[in-house]
Amino acid sequence: MNGPLVALFGTCLVDMFRPSIGLSAIALLQRAGCRVAFPEAQTCCGQPMFNGGDLKHTRELAKRHIDLLAGYDYVVIPSGSCGGMIRVHYPQLFEVGDPWHAKALDLSRRSFELVSFLVDVMKLDRVDAEFPHRVTYHDSCSGLRELGIKAQPRKLLASVRGLQLVEMDQAETCCGFGGAFSLKFPDISTRLADDKLASARAAEPEAILGGDLGCLLHLAGRLSREGSDTRVYHVAEVLADAADIPPINGLPRNPPEPAKPKLD
Amino acid sequence: MKFSPIEFRSQAEAALRDDTLQAALKRARSGFVDKRAKAVAALPEFELLRAEASAIRADALNRLPTLLEEFEAGVIAAGGQVHWAIDAAEARKIVLDIARCHESCRIAKGKSMVAEEIGLNPALEDAGINVVETDLGEYIIQLAQEPPSHIVAPAIHKTREQVAALFARHHERAELLTELTGIPELVDEARRVLRETFLSADVGITGANFLVADSGSTVLVTNEGNGDLCSTLPKTHIVLAGIEKVVPSMTEVSTLLRVLARSATGQPLTTYTSVFTGPRRAGEDFGPEEFHVVLVDNGRAAMLGSEFRDMLRCIRCGACMNHCPVYGAIGGHAYGWVYPGPMGQVLTPWLLGPERAPDLAHACTMNGHCAQVCPVGIPLPDLIRAMRVREHESHVNHVAERWVFRQWAWWAKRPRLYGWALRKKARWLRRLARPGGALRKLPVWSGWFRSRDLPTPQGRTLRDLMREKLRGSQ
Repeated sequence: MNGPLVALFGTCLVDMFRPSIGLSAIALLQRAGCRVAFPEAQTCCGQPMFNGGDLKHTRELAKRHIDLLAGYDYVVIPSGSCGGMIRVHYPQLFEVGDPWHAKALDLSRRSFELVSFLVDVMKLDRVDAEFPHRVTYHDSCSGLRELGIKAQPRKLLASVRGLQLVEMDQAETCCGFGGAFSLKFPDISTRLADDKLASARAAEPEAILGGDLGCLLHLAGRLSREGSDTRVYHVAEVLADAADIPPINGLPRNPPEPAKPKLD
Repeated sequence: MKFSPIEFRSQAEAALRDDTLQAALKRARSGFVDKRAKAVAALPEFELLRAEASAIRADALNRLPTLLEEFEAGVIAAGGQVHWAIDAAEARKIVLDIARCHESCRIAKGKSMVAEEIGLNPALEDAGINVVETDLGEYIIQLAQEPPSHIVAPAIHKTREQVAALFARHHERAELLTELTGIPELVDEARRVLRETFLSADVGITGANFLVADSGSTVLVTNEGNGDLCSTLPKTHIVLAGIEKVVPSMTEVSTLLRVLARSATGQPLTTYTSVFTGPRRAGEDFGPEEFHVVLVDNGRAAMLGSEFRDMLRCIRCGACMNHCPVYGAIGGHAYGWVYPGPMGQVLTPWLLGPERAPDLAHACTMNGHCAQVCPVGIPLPDLIRAMRVREHESHVNHVAERWVFRQWAWWAKRPRLYGWALRKKARWLRRLARPGGALRKLPVWSGWFRSRDLPTPQGRTLRDLMREKLRGSQ
């Protein structure tokens, strides 16, 4: 095999909560002809402290990962916000002229969010997968606005057998997660989740898909609390034909009531 | 009603529970966003114009001292006077001194955010001066004794019924409560009262959207024409403006006008665009006898030399708040001061000090929609994050948060320990959850669990699975 050597940066949330997203990413990359490595010393990209205003610790973690991820043709991340952190924000952490700035820029140029990498770099236009369900897609903000991810997941989803994508009218509106925001301002965060889910519900989906586990844990957590049976999956799981496992929100707490017979 | 940025949390919670406000916000949000989207779609070169407008504002800030001196010379040449105010107190004093020159002074005032910023109306009222807001929205909230909740539409949180009740009470005509059922009737009633104000006022005060350096003119946009009546009918016209408002010439103004109204209300241009250059000249039939411009610094010069410099590009269109999901959920009053939404999350902590607005910079999900629509390319999420950095470095933020970041970084620099901790946490969470379902509660993160479950980890961590996989393939 002589495809590009790709390091998978798994992200902390995927690592701990949902490794199936990482495994799906690896399967997709290998099917696209990449050689995939998983640098074991990877930890957290520093996004939480970056957004918290703690630049000292952010720089420490950035330097570790800049060194760790040198020497790969590409670094691929199954998340728009961690992808944006490495691709957009790492270079901003260092002054122009600082050798770390040059190294961060080099890493930035080689780093891609998973689905945009498959479509834009590997020129993939279809996948071999089946998901016979009506779905709607949440455009996570960092992926959408920092990395320009919008058409790529839709292009690949269009090739999934049986999948019907119905757009919600507020696809580009924030779901209210925002990392620490969801803990600091729980009521506002929940209101935004409810607005988002109301918009999603109008599309009557069986599943909500997205590319960022943070947003998906938030929406799945809210759906689970409401006892909804709408399932939440990461787009990589569907594209890798690996969404035959329980969804992120788990099994509904109360099994949905049997449908009432229609009167008319 | 009193609001304060330090009470952001409780004000936001109250706003979420206020059904009337929620209904008003929902209407406003879709109105502003849809109208802007339509206006932008109808102008294929809008993104180019945005880039041009950003460059114009950035360039003007680079040359701010020179442009301001040029503007001052232009005002004087046209027969006007320029006053420099270093802070809010000085600005209030300048306006008061001008107003006091008139006996039993009555002031007709147009909408001005900088007047709100310096607390002008309370100061005038304390001095026994009768000041009447003449922008309809500002008039309504003046009667209600509330601050504006939106920089473009200050009374957006008020319903028709609430406005009719205010008019009935303050105009002392109880019958208005039943007569004023539609918006045209409400506008007519306000017009009837405000007309008297215009005709009897000694002093008119307006804001300025732009200051034109090469002519000494000030430019004002309104949709009601009240600004023109404030500036032409009274004997004295006072223009209040922040020092950042200056641009080189009308050429730059014309570009900025093309993005301003589209971004604010989706109009190609506002109904009125007025250019004021000095007082009435010999042989002219209309215009004031005196023309004053009060240039307000109030923290702006310091901002120019800081990492928040780009904030001074702002042309006060309100697009950032219209597209902000947090503003859309809680409205403007929750932010507690003059400037709500993303712009306020930078301006308020800057102008008042972060310790008087410690929560504002954190009430942002970093979704970036504000920066995407800003007509002058202000990187608002970056500036809001920079405010968090400032708070972190000056120890304004919470000690627990600082501790969490330090801990997190300590573990994240030790991959083996980090992997071990992740494995333990994943197992522990699985043990606490009901089989197949999500976690209902934990002893930590009570904010999260108040309204959301936490999905349960699948079991093995990704790094453990990968280690096994690699071992298996050897």
